[in-house]
Amino acid sequence: MPATLNPERGAGLAEPRLTGEARLAQLARDKVRRKRRERTIETVLLAAACVSVFTTLGIVYILLKESFVFFQEVPLWDFLTDTQWTPLFSDARFGIVVLLSGTLTSSAVALLVAIPLGTIIAIYLSEFAGHKTRETLKPVLELLSGVPTIIYGYFALLFVTPILQKLIPGLPGFNILSAGLVMGVMIIPYVSSLSEDAMRAVPMSLREGSYAMGATRFQTAVHVVVPAALSGIASAYILGISRAVGETMILAVAAGMQPQLSFNPLEPAATITSFIVQVALGDLPHGSIGYQTIFAAGLMLLLLTLVFNLLGYWIRRRYREAY
Amino acid sequence: MAAAPGAGSAPADAHADLRRMIRARKRRDVLFSVVGILSLMVGVLTLLALFVDMAITGAPRLTPEFFTSFPSRRAGQAGILSAWVGSILVMFVTAFFAVPVGVAGAIYLEEYAKKNWFTDIIEINISNLAGVPSIVYGLLALGLFVYTFGFGQSILSAGLTLALLILPIVIVATREALRSIPQHIREAAYACGASRWQVVSHHLVPYGMPGILTGVIIGMARAIGETAPIITIGALTFIAFLPPVPLTGEPPAGLFDWLFSPFTVMPIQIFNWTSRPDPAFHQNAAAAAFVLVLMTLAMNGLAIWLRYRLRKKLKW
Repeated sequence: MPATLNPERGAGLAEPRLTGEARLAQLARDKVRRKRRERTIETVLLAAACVSVFTTLGIVYILLKESFVFFQEVPLWDFLTDTQWTPLFSDARFGIVVLLSGTLTSSAVALLVAIPLGTIIAIYLSEFAGHKTRETLKPVLELLSGVPTIIYGYFALLFVTPILQKLIPGLPGFNILSAGLVMGVMIIPYVSSLSEDAMRAVPMSLREGSYAMGATRFQTAVHVVVPAALSGIASAYILGISRAVGETMILAVAAGMQPQLSFNPLEPAATITSFIVQVALGDLPHGSIGYQTIFAAGLMLLLLTLVFNLLGYWIRRRYREAY
Repeated sequence: MAAAPGAGSAPADAHADLRRMIRARKRRDVLFSVVGILSLMVGVLTLLALFVDMAITGAPRLTPEFFTSFPSRRAGQAGILSAWVGSILVMFVTAFFAVPVGVAGAIYLEEYAKKNWFTDIIEINISNLAGVPSIVYGLLALGLFVYTFGFGQSILSAGLTLALLILPIVIVATREALRSIPQHIREAAYACGASRWQVVSHHLVPYGMPGILTGVIIGMARAIGETAPIITIGALTFIAFLPPVPLTGEPPAGLFDWLFSPFTVMPIQIFNWTSRPDPAFHQNAAAAAFVLVLMTLAMNGLAIWLRYRLRKKLKW
């Protein structure tokens, strides 16, 4: 490469042009220098890419380390089978089932809202709506997932709960129902957006085949497009589930933080996430058993979401239809 | 069908049946459209209700003093000065770490990485990280930044935590932006003798900039509203002072002292006010939430606009 074409070496232009052996030596030196530079840059970029791996390792390491201390005090069997959760009392009991019941109930309420509505919206946007409707409504919908969750918590506690209390007399001020409903609306865009992408990726020829057989839009959507996009839709559901399980602030604000083993959405409850917030808000000394409890709870939460993530990954692999 | 008179009533019946069936099917189409629009409206109306409710409840509190006062025990005098300053400083730290690392990581994965098991691990890892609940990042930060590294419950800890949190978002967006640049741009540059880094820095990053920016903005909008991880690292909720300004005060604060200062951010201030029983504080919460929502919606809107413009303008 002639030096004049190399913008990195403007200074080289002023030197007298070398010829013969000297010129070759200069080019060789340049090449070595450039290669060294390229390799340094590649190493730096690789290091940046590895930050994510270190993050995962860090999460696993911290959670395991603190949980290990925790499980030396609390037997694993008690942790999984006890039906009381009172880690901050003098008579401390550690039954994660109590928190799991809160997490599962609130997620169930949220998904009962998000999955049907999200799926219908996805089918509507992908198969029914015109180009213009889609282009305007989809961004509006995506704003739903952009609103900070603390604001949904405020909304659930001070707007939705009073309305629900008028409909259901005797509903306590903190309850899973209102938190779950609001959480569901928040999750709609996660479900609908991914599902719609999956449906739009179904090739036109399948739809045309269906229409040619005289099927209506609805029939085409339900019998042709949805089955063809099933793996994408399923992984959208899985994403929705793992969002619901990991959601924190809505529940911490609107569902109360009272741990009880119950699957009744009309009652207040603590979830794994809201328990961590509750402990973090207090002033627990570093190294106390209460401090370690949140890491054990966090480990449980991570395992839960990991299971769902792996499930989603497996579904995408297993049921992917290639066109 | 009128075209076949006297052909007997059976075919006519069949035709009528068929028509009825077609009509029923078409009705179902229309019905589904209505259901679809109603479902969409649930989302849109929630957004609207949220917005209007906060605006109406919070409007009386949205005075200039609200932005220039510290939190107070008396609801009427409380403001969000320490909260918005804290939010901006934390965002600055977050961007400072997340943008270079995220973009560099994405460049590596998209342009440099060979297809091998190690690259696969990084990729699976990134998609898994995107699904990790934010509060788990808070636990990581509590164990690592606050206690192991000894950063304490500071702006630096919070900024780093949020940077890790939005890293997958930045990486994914950057990779998508790079992937959408056609191969012939790279080939043309290589053909002129450019090295790999020259191709990346002179061509790919500038062309991918709108896409990268979109990802960064969406990530920052996510980070500014994130509450759980910051509560987990133990941020105080009652902060009636600002972080030290560099080179001022007595004795003069160091250039980086503000990084280690205690802080509060908008979402935590809202959480604090919402969880108080006194309705007067709920008004404050509504006003602060309105400000926060405006900030995030503006950022999201900007990102959507950028993406829209990008899709329209770019024709390779």
